[in-house]
Amino acid sequence: MTEHPRDITATSPRYDVAVVGAGPAGLAAAVTAAEAGCRVVLVDAGQQPGGQYWRHPDETAPRGDESLGHHDWSTFAGLRTRLHGLVRRQRITYLPRRQVWFVQRPSTGDEPPAHTLHLTTAYAGADGGDDGPDAVTGDAVILCPGGYDRQLPIPGWDLPGVMAAGGVQALLKGHRTVAGRRAIVAGTGPFLLPVATGLAQAGADVVAVCEAGSITGWSRDPLAAAAVPGKGREALEYATALIRHRIPYRQRTAITAIRGTDTVQSVELSRLDREGRIRKQAGTVDVDLVALGWGFTPSLELVTATGAATRKDIDDSLVAVVDEEQRATVPGIYVAGEATGVGGAVLAVAEGELAGLITARDQRAAVSQESVRALQKRITRHRRFAAAMHTAHPVPRHWHDWLHPETTVCRCEEVSYQQVCGARDDLGAGDARTVKLMARPGMGWCQGRVCGFASAKLAAAREGRALTADDLRPTAKQPFAAPISLEQLAEGPQHE
Amino acid sequence: MADTADVVIIGAGALGAACAYFATEQGLRVHIVERGEVAGGTTSACEGNLLVSDKEAGHELDLALYSNQVWRRDLAPHNHLWEFENKGGLIVAATESGAQNLAELARRQRDAGIDVTDVAADEVHAYEPHLTKNLTAAAHYPQDCQVQPMLMAAQLIRIARERGARIWTRTEVTDLHRDGDSVTGVVTSRGTIHADHVINAAGTWAGDIAQLAGVHVPILPRRGFVLITEPLPRTVFHKVYSGDYVASTTSSDEGLQTSTVIEGTRAGTILIGSSRERVGFDATVSLPALRQIAAKALILYPVLAKTKIMRNYHGFRPYCADHLPVIGHDPRAPGMWHAAGHEGAGIGLSVGSAKLLVQQLTGREPDLDLTPFAPERFDLVEAS
Ligand SMILES: Cc1cc2nc3c(=O)[nH]c(=O)nc-3n(C[C@H](O)[C@H](O)[C@H](O)COP(=O)(O)OP(=O)(O)OC[C@H]3O[C@@H](n4cnc5c(N)ncnc54)[C@H](O)[C@@H]3O)c2cc1C
Ligand SMILES: Cc1cc2nc3c(=O)[nH]c(=O)nc-3n(C[C@H](O)[C@H](O)[C@H](O)COP(=O)(O)OP(=O)(O)OC[C@H]3O[C@@H](n4cnc5c(N)ncnc54)[C@H](O)[C@@H]3O)c2cc1C
Repeated sequence: MTEHPRDITATSPRYDVAVVGAGPAGLAAAVTAAEAGCRVVLVDAGQQPGGQYWRHPDETAPRGDESLGHHDWSTFAGLRTRLHGLVRRQRITYLPRRQVWFVQRPSTGDEPPAHTLHLTTAYAGADGGDDGPDAVTGDAVILCPGGYDRQLPIPGWDLPGVMAAGGVQALLKGHRTVAGRRAIVAGTGPFLLPVATGLAQAGADVVAVCEAGSITGWSRDPLAAAAVPGKGREALEYATALIRHRIPYRQRTAITAIRGTDTVQSVELSRLDREGRIRKQAGTVDVDLVALGWGFTPSLELVTATGAATRKDIDDSLVAVVDEEQRATVPGIYVAGEATGVGGAVLAVAEGELAGLITARDQRAAVSQESVRALQKRITRHRRFAAAMHTAHPVPRHWHDWLHPETTVCRCEEVSYQQVCGARDDLGAGDARTVKLMARPGMGWCQGRVCGFASAKLAAAREGRALTADDLRPTAKQPFAAPISLEQLAEGPQHE
Repeated sequence: MADTADVVIIGAGALGAACAYFATEQGLRVHIVERGEVAGGTTSACEGNLLVSDKEAGHELDLALYSNQVWRRDLAPHNHLWEFENKGGLIVAATESGAQNLAELARRQRDAGIDVTDVAADEVHAYEPHLTKNLTAAAHYPQDCQVQPMLMAAQLIRIARERGARIWTRTEVTDLHRDGDSVTGVVTSRGTIHADHVINAAGTWAGDIAQLAGVHVPILPRRGFVLITEPLPRTVFHKVYSGDYVASTTSSDEGLQTSTVIEGTRAGTILIGSSRERVGFDATVSLPALRQIAAKALILYPVLAKTKIMRNYHGFRPYCADHLPVIGHDPRAPGMWHAAGHEGAGIGLSVGSAKLLVQQLTGREPDLDLTPFAPERFDLVEAS
């Protein structure tokens, strides 16, 4: 179809492997592929390597012990040393502060099918363009974009002083900053524990951890838990820390409303039944910081942009479909880390390493079959553990009963729960996409990164059916993975 | 589901919704069958302009002027439901020859009944203060309007439902019920509905429905991309576009064409469209198309250089070779009606088309002669 050469790839440097994301998965993928002999480019929006999990203070202005508050720091330190070595030997081109805004699919007949990643400067305020190449091409692309906090609206969640648990953790890890003095941590899942102990260690008064589920749920699959002994040890450490800081751990309890005028003043607690319905009020507590953790939403924009298949995971997240060698359903695309299913950093490292080995092998490097099998075993064990965890800590089925008609669902576009319901009840919107088109949740600046999951849940619940992958896909479909200026968009070639 | 109705409408886009509105107004019992969701087709991937300004004198312009009246008169009580805004359009020219072409276009349109004011180069900024200074002329069209198209379709269907219409979403028409050449109902994934009349409002897919009736209605997809900016304080007041747009809407070229169309929305975002390409239903996002749209927008509005683009979307316009829609009864298959093929103007033309079709269906003389839009016209062309 094209008569002209592809101008962009003529000028964009081409690599054997392009890795997106320098978190646990991406770091492992990049160093593994490079050590197996591939020429690798590693693109990451972050200022420095580590991703979400190994977020740490500015390396150029070191202040004391870097590993403070971290598990697995030695794993990171090892990966970082290997990365620096490979960068020095020019085996990896490392591009921090660069964000992929567009994935250009291979031209027909291109062999191998190379994808071109268009890049922009990741930080607002900085001028785009002078920070590195505007595009890189990879014969293979490993996508490790991680995820972001999953949030659920409740009355008062839009008050200043209410934060997502991951955001609280990011401030602690990245800046050693505590966002308040008197805090409460609520939601579901084991991630509440490090957030609570992190806050306490940093000097905040943590009044309680409220777990909407129950930890006895784990015992439903004791084998899965036993398969990952490290996790048990970690949980014990957190439990001890809770006791030491005298933080009460309240199960089947949730914050069902947040009160305050200009900022958070208090929260209302409720006891829940197994389905997440409010059984009885459990008092009001004064706080100035609320950390809400409902798990994570994988970033699926880049995966979706390649046209690769996606599915709904056990925790109701949209994830990439991958085979047992991390291959997505599109030739040349591999995915590792949270984007294949939320499962934590250890799993992310194992998947990244496997993806690195397999891309190398697919490009005819010699790779030990034994290492591949060992990684696959580790991945299976951790996946099973993650599945047990997700089963024990679901988003409360009746969470939407806690909402009032005027509760804000979409903060960017100021859409209320009532308006979301009206889109369905009055206008017949039967799925999340149509609710969005009629009532605008997810149409604003964040493009549904905050409310997309919740809107999808509400749309399905209102129809009286389970959430489907199709409800989740509209939020994942972002043909621009990051906003760029009109000027920048206008710059490139305008003909194919 | 075995059921009967006076009218079955296939498709719940702008055209299907408008047909349901006017048919139920006449007291007809209507069923709407939609394989996806309400307004989920091309109606959810467009810009919502109701334009007279982008049309040359001719049948489409007559229909646009008629529709414009229907929007303003018949639908006046409901217009607030879909963010109807009478914002007016502004076509600009940047060269001497462009200014001349624009003046001639305006003259022809004025003769055809459009309200249009010539705007001198030094007056343009009274209309649009942020436009580039490098303009040679402009023309102002006070009749141009805008709606939120998804809300418009959904609200028309809501009103039709209040008048007794039934809608079946996630229900696909897989076949037509036939009696000889006549069409007597639809077969769907959920059962059969018998009806005296079946209206094909399946948009870009209307050709497939026609085929089920054994008739040829060649409607093809013509892809278009649109850019959406971050929300801004009001920067663009009218619907603003450059003179080459009219040429592009009426061209049949298969290759990529873009012409700038810029408008602000209630939410503060600016929509920048659009491209026209005939590439089938290819959904791959085309960077060159997006770049061309961006570059042309910057020529008109240099102030938008640093404005962030949040996202882009695309749709497939239902396109006929002669750029005219297909409206009315199909004599080759009695009982079969079409309301499709409105290309890049299906929102604006929807209500006029539907009102005329229902006039014909209820045995009245249509306010506007429907002959130029006759479905069998393609057989005549291809036979000759
Ligand atoms: C805010 C937050 C805090 C967390 N804190 C903890 C914690 O304390 N303890 C814990 O056990 N788990 C925590 N998690 C979960 C943990 O992050 C994951 O288990 C783990 O990091 C997954 O690794 P990953 O490599 O898949 O993704 P990440 O670590 O998220 O790495 C992804 C990287 O990709 C980059 N990226 C994404 N999109 C693009 C793009 N378009 N262009 C360029 N680069 C891109 C990101 O900037 C990031 O650096 C947290 C998650 C979040 C969201
Ligand atoms: C980028 C772009 C910009 C545009 N801008 C404008 C503009 O500013 N102003 C304007 O007036 N127009 C504009 N248009 C054109 C306008 O969008 C279309 O003309 C209009 O939406 C067509 O409406 P419709 O009801 O015919 O089709 P659709 O909205 O596509 O509705 C047809 C419906 O039929 C359903 N269907 C198909 N087959 C079956 C079946 N077998 N069974 C059941 N259901 C079926 C489909 O699911 C679909 O919902 C634009 C188009 C594009 C692409």
